[in-house]
Amino acid sequence: MSNIPLIEMRDISIAFGGIKAVDHASVDLYPGEVVGLLGHNGAGKSTLIKVLSGAYKRDAGQIFIDGKEVAINNPRDAKALGIETIYQTLALADNVDAAANLYLGRELRTPFGTLDDVAMEAATRKVMHRLNPNFRRFKEPVIKLSGGQRQSVAIARAIHFNARILIMDEPTAALGPQETAQVGELIKQLKSEGIGIFLISHDLHDVFDLADRLTVMKNGKVVGSARTSDVDHDGVLGMIIAGKCPPGAIPGPGALQSAA
Amino acid sequence: MSKQQNSSANPALTDDGPIRRFLNATEIDTRMIGMIVALFAIWCAFDIASGILRGNFGGLLGGSFLTPRNLWTLLNQTASIAVMTTGMVLIIVMRQIDLSVGSMLSLVAVAGGVLQVYQLGPSLGVGHPAIWVLAIIAILALGTAIGAFNGYLTAYAQIPSFIVTLGGLIAYSGVAFLLAKGETVAPMDKTFKVLGGTIPASWIGPFWTWTLSFAACALIVFAIVNGRRQRVRFKFPLRPVWAEVTLAALGSIAVLGAAAVVNSYAWPPKLAENYAKENNITIPPGVEDKAGDAICMAGDAVVRCLEGLTLGTGYAAPVLIAFAIGAIMSFIATRTRFGRYVYAVGGNPEAANLAGINTRWLTVKVFALMGFLVGVSAIISSARLDAATNALGALNELYVIAAAVIGGTSLAGGVGTIYGAILGALLMQSIQSGMGLLNLPAAFQNIVVGTVLVIAVWLDQIYRRNVK
Ligand SMILES: Nc1ncnc2c1ncn2[C@@H]1O[C@H](COP(=O)(O)OP(=O)(O)OP(=O)(O)O)[C@@H](O)[C@H]1O
Ligand SMILES: [Mg+2]
Repeated sequence: MSNIPLIEMRDISIAFGGIKAVDHASVDLYPGEVVGLLGHNGAGKSTLIKVLSGAYKRDAGQIFIDGKEVAINNPRDAKALGIETIYQTLALADNVDAAANLYLGRELRTPFGTLDDVAMEAATRKVMHRLNPNFRRFKEPVIKLSGGQRQSVAIARAIHFNARILIMDEPTAALGPQETAQVGELIKQLKSEGIGIFLISHDLHDVFDLADRLTVMKNGKVVGSARTSDVDHDGVLGMIIAGKCPPGAIPGPGALQSAA
Repeated sequence: MSKQQNSSANPALTDDGPIRRFLNATEIDTRMIGMIVALFAIWCAFDIASGILRGNFGGLLGGSFLTPRNLWTLLNQTASIAVMTTGMVLIIVMRQIDLSVGSMLSLVAVAGGVLQVYQLGPSLGVGHPAIWVLAIIAILALGTAIGAFNGYLTAYAQIPSFIVTLGGLIAYSGVAFLLAKGETVAPMDKTFKVLGGTIPASWIGPFWTWTLSFAACALIVFAIVNGRRQRVRFKFPLRPVWAEVTLAALGSIAVLGAAAVVNSYAWPPKLAENYAKENNITIPPGVEDKAGDAICMAGDAVVRCLEGLTLGTGYAAPVLIAFAIGAIMSFIATRTRFGRYVYAVGGNPEAANLAGINTRWLTVKVFALMGFLVGVSAIISSARLDAATNALGALNELYVIAAAVIGGTSLAGGVGTIYGAILGALLMQSIQSGMGLLNLPAAFQNIVVGTVLVIAVWLDQIYRRNVK
């Protein structure tokens, strides 16, 4: 792996009212790498990646891509930099169909400037087939789909536009075992194509199976980071629950000081 | 069919009756069928009732409602509200509201009137051809600007649109009053008046009515053929051919039927007589009959009679404008990126934002479009009345919103169609004109219109719960 990280988020802070949702957090990601983000509910994982995806404006901190500082002020900026996101809430427009969601903000158009719905539907059928071969309901507004089908649509949208950096916020939370396995395969394949992936998950098995490294957050701060090969489940659980860094991990600002 | 409707056939229901099979195959919006049935039922009821109460005036069922004259008038009366309701659909779909359209209509109409009557008339000379052009441009520009202002306050100052436009409802009519100095501004420029539908120059006659109608039929066929070709290109499931043919036939019958009705409405005898004299058309001799629409010579006098000279009016300008606006707005709503974004924002504003849509700017554009359409309606209304007053658009906001809602636009956002809202406007106007024909007092009319609105929404809820 190269020495310059694909993404480096340095000293990111953001507060909502009095709550420091993210407090001087730093994470990085290399090409072809999967980094798992872990932490208790409300630890600040989603908020941190929403800063990267342009959904939130950070209060402080810097973001570097390929070593160069970038300005990400809104979701358009992030997409222009090749950052695609699967949000925890999926962020789908409920009243339009899968194709309209897949292409939302990037619609295909005919030479006359009108929406090319047929072409969009055709492409959507192709991507969806890769993720969820049983999916047939292309004409339904996505609100009528099951939770897992909706998640498939959100994943399809993220992978369809040649992302360099993929953010997955609990992408398999609503998926059945077969579909989860399929997403796992997909992650491995994307990784082999050199895409960097942030994977937020509460499932330690998934993280150990898919991630190269992991970063644990607690109360908005980074407890520590480690290569998945250097730590075990119990060590990581200790980081998540007690904020205690095991020997193989590099402690961050949120690590329990007495443990150091 | 647009993306926003739920029109797909349910694969689980294969052994249904012929009606359901037909609806599934043609993918017709069943809610629209319900509205059309309701509309015809109301028309028939009024025709029968007016026949019983007031006698036969040539109505299809023995009354005075289902006559070419009444239906023609009905279309003209609906035009202004119909134009505005197409914009209101997009506003409501986007989870906003515009309560100010009535006051805005008064304001821009008065501004256009003042410009014509007090400014351009004296300076350019009354009847100068630049007057109506400048007046129209000014009205449309002012409407667009006020709409954009409403949108700006909503999107960027983040004041709820309910409050912004409630303020506008009160304030704009005040401005209109000051501008008109409390007077009626009249008369309008004579070319401007053509857009009101009240004078012969604004009736296009049978020839152009048939021509446009056949063009519309050709367009329907083209759209169906083209849609099918696209689906073949991508190997998508196709509608059965008989369903496509049925759709084309139904659409064409509706278009041609409407043309036949408006063409059979004859010019009023006095106007026809003048026109015949000016153009050296001979009026045939005949026997006087007061119930007739034609004119003939009984001795030296020109009288009404059953057989003789008739001049068909065809469509009037306001109706053509409303059709054009309806078609353009449908196109915008379903075929353009702008329209797609409006629906997406209505479905989930947060998601639209995260998808990179500039929702604030979109809000400004939608309100500006609403303002533009208010300008169009202001032109129609003031040209029709041949005057502008600060009360011209009074209560229009309520009719416009009611039409959109009756037409299936959901106040929860994300759902609504342009054609539905136009049908809603027609339905409401039908009820009002029908009660006018029955000579029911205005207070009673208000009670009925209000009740219909509530019942329509209630039926809609039931429909939506059961259609799933
Ligand atoms: N838009 C917001 N407004 C106010 N507070 C917020 C907002 N978004 C997040 N927070 C707060 O920030 C903190 C971190 O939330 P975040 O969603 O990042 O947690 P998370 O680690 O993703 O948790 P989970 O595992 O439950 O998804 C929480 O205390 C939350 O209440
Ligand atoms: Mg989260």
